[in-house]
Amino acid sequence: MIRDITIGQYYQTESPVHRLDPRVKLLGTLLFIITLFLYKNPAGYALGIVFLLAVIKTSRVPIRFITKGLKGILVVLLLTVIINLFLTPGTELVSFWKFTITYEGIGVALTMLFRLTMLIMGSSIVTLTTTPNNLTDGLEKGLGFLKIFRGPVGDVAMMMSIALRFIPILMEETDRIMKAQLARGADFESGNIVKKAKALVPVLVPLFVSAFRRAGDLAMAMEARCYRGGDGRTKMKPLIYKKRDAIAYIILFSFVILSVWIGRWQVISEFFNSLYLRFILK
Amino acid sequence: MDIVKAENVVFEYIRRDEEGNPTDVTTALDHVSIDVRQGEFIGILGHNGSGKSTFAKHLNAILYPTEGTIYVGGMNTKDDDKLWDVRSCAGMVFQNPDNQIIGQVVEEDVGFGPENLGVPTKEIWERVEESLRAVGMLEYRKKSPNKLSGGQKQRVSIAGVLAMHPKCIVLDEPTAMLDPSGRKEVVRAIRGLNDVEKMTVILITHYMDEVVHADRIFVMDKGRVVMQGTPKEVFSDVPTLEKLRLDVPGPTRIAWELKKKGLPLPDGILTAEELVKEIEKCR
Ligand SMILES: Nc1ncnc2c1ncn2[C@@H]1O[C@H](COP(=O)(O)OP(=O)(O)O)[C@@H](O)[C@H]1O
Ligand SMILES: [Mg+2]
Repeated sequence: MIRDITIGQYYQTESPVHRLDPRVKLLGTLLFIITLFLYKNPAGYALGIVFLLAVIKTSRVPIRFITKGLKGILVVLLLTVIINLFLTPGTELVSFWKFTITYEGIGVALTMLFRLTMLIMGSSIVTLTTTPNNLTDGLEKGLGFLKIFRGPVGDVAMMMSIALRFIPILMEETDRIMKAQLARGADFESGNIVKKAKALVPVLVPLFVSAFRRAGDLAMAMEARCYRGGDGRTKMKPLIYKKRDAIAYIILFSFVILSVWIGRWQVISEFFNSLYLRFILK
Repeated sequence: MDIVKAENVVFEYIRRDEEGNPTDVTTALDHVSIDVRQGEFIGILGHNGSGKSTFAKHLNAILYPTEGTIYVGGMNTKDDDKLWDVRSCAGMVFQNPDNQIIGQVVEEDVGFGPENLGVPTKEIWERVEESLRAVGMLEYRKKSPNKLSGGQKQRVSIAGVLAMHPKCIVLDEPTAMLDPSGRKEVVRAIRGLNDVEKMTVILITHYMDEVVHADRIFVMDKGRVVMQGTPKEVFSDVPTLEKLRLDVPGPTRIAWELKKKGLPLPDGILTAEELVKEIEKCR
């Protein structure tokens, strides 16, 4: 169950996307997400999909790993679609009992579904092709300008990378504690949600105790190895832009410009919209 | 010069109530004096709660003596200006391998110490390579620590300390959480450091067979050093060791029993080979 969440899980393989500088990928995701909100017509959506598929193809990550991230937010997705479907005012399409579906509702629901799906898939690509460490390095360097405002960028990056390292360890531990409690007759399956939540208390308490002990040990080990905050450290693997990163930036910005341009095709947009309403929905 | 010199060190864990009045005092170290010379292999033995870890933490300036002084590499550990020098002079390896590996990849973890010391990038790579080679983990450099066995994780931790180029390395029960084969590989790596790299080693353990090759041994009990000397000297006193609830190595124990039964064996036999040789001499 916990293992279904793809965010933070690295898929190891060799690909041009894997080798890119994490800063490129982070900025890329940010820009990609922004473009999703620029599109005002299906041509824009098509462009976004083509771009995402092209990146997925280049990354050599099997598509099922990328869609796995969607499973975790399935409920959120469905909820968004349903709410938008029923609660958007406009021209009525069908109505039954207290509910009304409008043309506009369908439009908004589909748009939201598209945006959310693309958003999750787009960010999954980054976490699947970048080691967590590389990712935090990217964030550290990419947000380095915050240091001017005394933002503890280095320390936060260190915290993130440690948190990421301990996720699998704590998951294993949860598993172990759950098995130990099962062996003592604990029941995690039956009952309503309150009962299930209560059954988790004997798992969470030892888990937290152990997490605190680990944190204490780790802090001591880090001090013993002369960690004294983010300043004054050197890097074993400093981030340096290569030629391929420049190429990626060019592709990225071309995509953004194209998106802005296509996204604003009102005429085409109206044409598509009328087609869409006339043939697909009737 | 002595790498480590502890003079009459007393340390008390003081528990306080809400008003800050001491409620409970545990004297974890009671006038401990231990000195370690460059290149020595020192074993510190003792049952649980005898103060071994407390002593180890003093060597790294994680704890400071309540009374007495500790010099590490000639520096007083109480000297705040020298804190980081003390810590890079005496490297520490702890008991739990999972709670001391910081990196997500083996080589990145080994590079963590040098990064903190501000070593230039190129030199970090050299240090990482040489340290991983010294513990025989070079081929695992790209692996995730989560995929290694306990023994391998401990060897990575040792490499992580070595990469800081310490003068002395302190290992606090590095094998306590390992299976027998993991224990063997870690002990072999530690001995290699001392033999080949001439690294000063302070090995804290409650397995006596891990320190039969040590230069000198200190046995601790209730915060005091109760026995010290070469392994031969210390291990010849089997009754005292048993009273201190330490597991005497098999061959030493057999030799001692045989001797009690009248066989003319010398004291302090440590290994099976030695025992066989001595028994053959008796015929
Ligand atoms: N953080 C602490 N607070 C209070 N007492 C402690 C603490 N750590 C250890 N002690 C006590 O100090 C004594 C020595 O402990 P320790 O140095 O951990 O022994 P060892 O490592 O030989 O097992 C024990 O009696 C233990 O209960
Ligand atoms: Mg201990």
